[in-house]
Amino acid sequence: MSTQSEVSHSIGATIPAEVSRRLKRRYAAERRFQAYGIGAIMIGLMFLLIMFVSIIQAGLPAFQETRIRLDVELPADKFPDDPAEQTAEGMRLVGWTGLIQQAIRDQLQPETRADALAMHKLLSPNAEVGLRDIVVADPSLIGKSVSVWLLSAGDVDAIVKGTMSRDVPETQRTISDRQLTFIDTLEEQDRLRSQFAFTLFSAGASSYPESAGIGVALVGSLYMMLVVLCLALPIGVAAAVYLEEFAPKNRWTDVIEVNINNLAAVPSIVFGLLGLAVFINFVELPRSAPLVGGLVLTLMTLPTVIIATRAALKAVPPSIREAALGIGASKMQSIFHHVLPLAAPGILTSIIIGLAQALGETAPLLMIGMVATVFTYPETPMDPATALPVQIFMWSGLPERGFVARTSAGIMVLLTFLIFMNAVAVYLRKKFERRW
Amino acid sequence: MSAVETNIQSETVVPPQTATPSNVAKMRGRDVCVFYGEKQALFDVNIDIMEREVTALIGPSGCGKSTFLRCLNRMNDVVDICRVTGDITLDSQDIYDRAVDVVHLRARVGMVFQKPNPFPKSIYENIAYGPRIHGLTRNKAELDEIVETSLQKAGLWKEVKDRLDSPGTGLSGGQQQRLCIARAIAVAPEVILMDEPCSALDPIATAKIEDLIHELRENYTIAIVTHSMQQAARVSQKTAFFHLGNLVEYGETEQIFTNPKDERTQGYITGRFG
Repeated sequence: MSTQSEVSHSIGATIPAEVSRRLKRRYAAERRFQAYGIGAIMIGLMFLLIMFVSIIQAGLPAFQETRIRLDVELPADKFPDDPAEQTAEGMRLVGWTGLIQQAIRDQLQPETRADALAMHKLLSPNAEVGLRDIVVADPSLIGKSVSVWLLSAGDVDAIVKGTMSRDVPETQRTISDRQLTFIDTLEEQDRLRSQFAFTLFSAGASSYPESAGIGVALVGSLYMMLVVLCLALPIGVAAAVYLEEFAPKNRWTDVIEVNINNLAAVPSIVFGLLGLAVFINFVELPRSAPLVGGLVLTLMTLPTVIIATRAALKAVPPSIREAALGIGASKMQSIFHHVLPLAAPGILTSIIIGLAQALGETAPLLMIGMVATVFTYPETPMDPATALPVQIFMWSGLPERGFVARTSAGIMVLLTFLIFMNAVAVYLRKKFERRW
Repeated sequence: MSAVETNIQSETVVPPQTATPSNVAKMRGRDVCVFYGEKQALFDVNIDIMEREVTALIGPSGCGKSTFLRCLNRMNDVVDICRVTGDITLDSQDIYDRAVDVVHLRARVGMVFQKPNPFPKSIYENIAYGPRIHGLTRNKAELDEIVETSLQKAGLWKEVKDRLDSPGTGLSGGQQQRLCIARAIAVAPEVILMDEPCSALDPIATAKIEDLIHELRENYTIAIVTHSMQQAARVSQKTAFFHLGNLVEYGETEQIFTNPKDERTQGYITGRFG
């Protein structure tokens, strides 16, 4: 013991200054490096926070919409008499807008013609949709007066939410002082309310922000995800299994491998061009169709799926393969009975990540004409539709205040989907983590 | 040690075509050379693996003993760059012949690996998998019986009979290795190859496996690669010493360990190299 302490003491005594200075420097360098790391993470988190705050701030108002309650007269003489014709199609030509405008005039009693026009503009040009739906659902209302909450114009909505200020001079507002007094009147009469904006999720494209929604885009995206899932999963897994387990290791397979890795890094718009050239110009599939979008996104997702699946297959220990081969399983049996099931969680994760990637992709869809104003829901993947990120992209180019909010709201919905999909992937990976 | 051994006359480096009348060569290697790409790993190996005996393959690391073992059931086939020349026969039939189906061969020549590698499935499924893919049973009852007898032969039945549905990977290392032996037995092989089956196990588990090998010898031909010379001496009747890809000496275990003819063998078993 004593000799040991002597030795250590002598070390401390003989080389003190030099070593301790160097040690200090080493520790300082380590602390500095840690500080850089923490700093980098903080900066990253800060930007993330700023992004979320600004998006949520801008987007939250879009989840509320303002509606005005009006007592609308439904005079029987304006409607078809035959009950069989009292359908959405049969009543398409009923002057709905006139009925609504009459109702608001009755409510607010305009003094001049200009006042009347200003009143009309308090309501969304698409307010009639709400009224029509009610009457179609219950034709017995015809001939009576009905009290309905109708969609207000985007400007009214902005004033009520406070996203547009009343304090700026009238000339710099898209809403007049006269209209402001009407709004106040309606508010006093308890005919104005904010409610959750189902329109945002149900409606298709529209020129008016208050009646524009991501419904069609969601359905379009859903169809595309289905196409991607149905194609990328079998093709990607088959390709990965062949390359990883069966393919001979020679120059050709090396070339293929390098190319697959490179394809994963190709700008997505290139896949859009490919889709345009092959699927639309050559195969002559319809433009704007989710089927084509799905095909293009499949091409884009395949490299990701193949690479991740190969990694999952590689992670299965060779001893499992040997065990199967050693008791006389064929190669095919050893792969399908043992290797693939063990790699399944990894493959599943890769597919979900690939789908999430495809869901957020915009550029290739622009090339194949999915940047279209589509009002009606696609019934099949061959009907025109748009996609969620493309819808956001289109809204972002529009100047109206309401579209700015809807852009951010769309981003929030998209991010929610992406976070959800990634969370599922993480959960599955944790749950089925390797058990050997 | 046993009656069988005393019957056998002492062997020379080149094994005789037929030993004593009671012994038949189950597998036979003639001029076996193995190449990994350009590199030759085995040089003209001639060996007879006797029926119902334990043949130990010993030698320093990288001497080719595992390579040779893996030639015996063509596990080297999965290595792309591996090439085997010469003849290896099982019951006088060339196992590298085109007519031989490798899947069928591996059912006849089973293998137990260095690291216990049960499938991450239930104990029952581990055993039942082989008979199932080979279609050895017609119904569940037969399969149950195979599972039970295999586990009994591997000395594992008493320990696991109440938890056949629990995962095989949940067993201890020694139990896992016996499970792997049971799995190999389940497809009714004639030869069992063991590639350092005890290297990952503690002494107690090793002793159990060695006892098991003694019992299995009554019904199976066994070839075992081992790094432990004590183990080779304990379990085997014949020992083959490999060095740098050559089969240096092959003969009765007792003779190899007490009276080696080659000085390299002498050097290895006395611990001078290896």
